[in-house]
Amino acid sequence: MATLRDIRRRIRSVESTQKITRAMKLVAAAKLRRAQERILAARPYAGKMAELLGNLVSSADADEAPHPLLIQRAGPRRQIVIITADRGLAGAFNSNIVRRALDFIRQSSAPDVTLVVVGKKGRDFFRRRGWPIKRAMIGFWDGLAYTHATELGNYLMQQYLDGEVDEVHLIYNEFRSVAVQRPRREQLLPIPRAETGEGSTTPVDYIYEPAPDAILGDLLPRHVRTQIFRALMESLAGEYGARMTAMEAATKNAKDMIEVLTIQYNKARQEKITKELLDIVGGAEALTQGAEA
Amino acid sequence: MADRLRLEVVTPTRLVVAETVDEVVVPGSDGYFGVLPGHAAFLTTLGTGEVIYRIDRDEFYLAVSGGFAEVRNDKVIVLADAAERPEEIDRGRAARAKERAERRIFGGSSEEAIDYARATAALDRALARHQTVSRNR
Repeated sequence: MATLRDIRRRIRSVESTQKITRAMKLVAAAKLRRAQERILAARPYAGKMAELLGNLVSSADADEAPHPLLIQRAGPRRQIVIITADRGLAGAFNSNIVRRALDFIRQSSAPDVTLVVVGKKGRDFFRRRGWPIKRAMIGFWDGLAYTHATELGNYLMQQYLDGEVDEVHLIYNEFRSVAVQRPRREQLLPIPRAETGEGSTTPVDYIYEPAPDAILGDLLPRHVRTQIFRALMESLAGEYGARMTAMEAATKNAKDMIEVLTIQYNKARQEKITKELLDIVGGAEALTQGAEA
Repeated sequence: MADRLRLEVVTPTRLVVAETVDEVVVPGSDGYFGVLPGHAAFLTTLGTGEVIYRIDRDEFYLAVSGGFAEVRNDKVIVLADAAERPEEIDRGRAARAKERAERRIFGGSSEEAIDYARATAALDRALARHQTVSRNR
């Protein structure tokens, strides 16, 4: 049986843990709000971009040679970009992504897989297991900006255009709601046909300056960078959402634990008092019996 | 046909301007072009410079660089890599960027091989910002 002091110490320890988890939850909630706002702010640009892309691809298709970023070549070399967080304590956020990535690698017929890892958690995982990591990006999440997407996008496109890889896939956590993040895989390069939205809208008859394919050459890399930026922001919002949910659960668990411990403590205290009372009564009894004798 | 234009300037991170205006001048990559109501559908890449728009008699300026501009149905949409209002520009920073770029281009004694294209692009951006920030009101 734990002594009173042991129980009191445990209660205090759980309380201080609860304080930390509650603070983490509040911080995550505040950051989540900002991250959500940023996703919303980025939407008009991305939407317009997709619309222009659809228009351009259909009007640039007239001449034969498609842009290199659009050409589907059946090669064996796949590059997978895995987006995780730098920090843990966010429920299954990171492990879900890692599992999704491993599944994808196992399923894929491509024998030659290289990894580009974003986030410390993912990097540590794959490095520990000795996977070949082409490049890792870490420690930028707090200051996430479009330049990070530009940097990563340019690197990936360079590799692709140099013919070092034949396909680039993106695996990240999609932000569905505060409580729900879903691992998602997208093909980044070559740009999938479906994304260019051919035939979905009647093409507008623009005056182009410069020519359509020149504009397309400018637009496609930007499209890729925007895709990456969106994935990064979704992942960031998802991370905060996951951490908030996890810390909320932790805070509640701590509360339950404190309740149980408090009851235990009260019981133990009562038992101790009862025992003391019995001792006193027993002692008094013995005295009176001694006097009678 | 509407007698005014709808102008939207968006960057990857935010919506900078969404307003009804009378006239817009946009720095296309092949030169500045003006847009008045009734303009034909037009699509171009964006250069580095100033977007100027007029509402009644008031003119407003934005320093922009890189991206696209689309004109369609009296709607002008500028998708820029960066777009800043004069009050958002850090004058000192723009001046320093200008000096740095000039030094890179004209300095001669380059410590390392300079990326000429990058340096001139940086100079263009610095000049555009400088020009925008120097506008009064």
